[in-house]
Amino acid sequence: MRALQRPQTVLFLALLLLALVAPLYILGAFPTLEWTYVFAFLIAMMGINLLTGFCGQISLGNSAFMAVGGYATSILVFRLGWNSLATFPVAAALAAVGGILLGIPALKLRGLYLGLATFALAISSPTLIRHFDSLTGGSQGISVPPAEDPFGLVASHALTSEQWLYYLALALAVAFFLFSRALLRSDVGRAFRTIRESETAAVANGISLTYYKTLAFGLSAAFAGVAGSLDAVTTAYVSPDSFDVNLSLSLVVGAVIGGLGTMAGPLLGAIFVVWSPVYAQQIFKARPDIVYGVLLIALMYTMPQGLMGGYYRAMAWYLRKRRASRGAEAGPASGPESVTPG
Amino acid sequence: MGTDPLLAASVQGVLQQLVFGLATGGIYASLALALILIYRAMEAINFAQGEMATFTTFIAWTLVTQVHLSYWIVFPITVAVAIGGGIAIERIIIRPVERAPILTVVLVTLGLFAVFNGLSGLIWGYTIKTFPTPFPVRPVFIGGVAIGIQDLGLIAVSLVLLLAIYLFFSRTRLGLMMRSSALYPESSRLLGVRVGWMLALGWGLSAGVGAVSGMLIAPITVLDPNLMQAVLLYAFTAAVLGGIESPLGAVVGGLLVGVLLALVGTYVPGLQDLRLVLGFVVIIGVLLFRPGGLVGRAHVTRV
Repeated sequence: MRALQRPQTVLFLALLLLALVAPLYILGAFPTLEWTYVFAFLIAMMGINLLTGFCGQISLGNSAFMAVGGYATSILVFRLGWNSLATFPVAAALAAVGGILLGIPALKLRGLYLGLATFALAISSPTLIRHFDSLTGGSQGISVPPAEDPFGLVASHALTSEQWLYYLALALAVAFFLFSRALLRSDVGRAFRTIRESETAAVANGISLTYYKTLAFGLSAAFAGVAGSLDAVTTAYVSPDSFDVNLSLSLVVGAVIGGLGTMAGPLLGAIFVVWSPVYAQQIFKARPDIVYGVLLIALMYTMPQGLMGGYYRAMAWYLRKRRASRGAEAGPASGPESVTPG
Repeated sequence: MGTDPLLAASVQGVLQQLVFGLATGGIYASLALALILIYRAMEAINFAQGEMATFTTFIAWTLVTQVHLSYWIVFPITVAVAIGGGIAIERIIIRPVERAPILTVVLVTLGLFAVFNGLSGLIWGYTIKTFPTPFPVRPVFIGGVAIGIQDLGLIAVSLVLLLAIYLFFSRTRLGLMMRSSALYPESSRLLGVRVGWMLALGWGLSAGVGAVSGMLIAPITVLDPNLMQAVLLYAFTAAVLGGIESPLGAVVGGLLVGVLLALVGTYVPGLQDLRLVLGFVVIIGVLLFRPGGLVGRAHVTRV
């Protein structure tokens, strides 16, 4: 088991173990619920990370895809009586279709224009939800019946309903994490990174911008869709206002704070976005937006690569320093070790 | 807006909606112009433009309703505060990232968006406020058509504003220095123009223009911390429609968007509440089929 010797793998397994036992022994009902939201945000931010961090395309419109997922689940459960678990693939597929539809015009847009167009999507999507009120319940929203678990764990009192939602979210988050890790190590990941660094180089190497950019938008939207479904079943309610432009902003802020283009960044970002309002309200009764805004600006000055970027920089600095001090004692060190995000 | 469907269907109704569309279009044009002032100087879009305008509109609201000053005294005070604030924001917050990649600048303006939106909510709360209109609410009859004096007033203020900006940039030394700083920063610096301060002044002016658009739109809608989000979307639409680099295009685009929305709002019942979506569709459509906009020219890049 060579993989077990890697510190990242050990850390991942340790955190996973902690996440598995925490709701049973450590967390109360409220923190369990908050961590469920962390996992939902984590999935959405991993989607942003694929698109922006690895493929270099900005989206300020992913709240719209969370809305697609959240409403797909709510409508199927509430109006057609589906089991909420069965709605997740549908939510992912519908959101992916939406993402691909946005990805097609996005092919022609770069940087700023893409930001502009997706921002317009985020601002206008709540009005679209309100418009189709016979389906979506308009401004009133839809109350979603509690998520049933097919294993009868809640019914037999083996788990509380919060714990069941928590494990569902954790399982999905781990699955999406492993999926994006495998994807980013494949040809697709290499194509994404090449497009991010230079579109000219990508085309010169036979990478189809059309295919990979559309794929990135579709995947990112599918992640957001599943996150939206999780959010809907956890809150047991959806409304147009819960998917407004501020949600898009918090997704981007979290992904950036954690560190775009890193695997651990979205987790740090999701923890920040879910838990900072809880503490911000305890410390001073400010709106969390102000805290986000100030932190985002401060981070852009100090660590534009986010927390993980800062960590990698510190590690690189430490390794250089150690090598330099060793080099002074015992001659030239061995070849340089590169520490890069990703 | 159309109250009686029979009346609204008549020619008179169309004319009224045209005037209303031009009035609101002038406001969208103003905010679009604010966006373009910054875009021309640093090729970045200030996503916080609308929220900054909302913030200054709240200041004006406080002065009008709490301090009981006249609207026309508050108007220049607010514009002055906005210009000072805009300059300060550029000098303190934007300056450190001036040369950073565009994503960094965009994220900083998104940070400003969150800060100003939160500050407005924190200071003035989320209950809807009415902003007293400075114009008489009765109509005036022109050729037998009842036209709102308020609409005419809005058009007049927008026209004066746009004319003032045009004269400033074309006829004054400072305007010339600002234009040269945006186009040829290096040469301008060699000629003794303080390029950094010109950029700050650009932010100040654009905050001032934004403040005017906020004070004009608030009396015809209602005032809350999200006042300018829709207006910002229409201003984006106007800027993209007109070609994002062209001030003239922004004005044409703004007026077109205003008229389009007024007519759609009245005569296409199914689309009344989808006007924001219409803005989004126009943005996507223009960027796809005529990326240079109506007035501007397309940038040709090879891949």
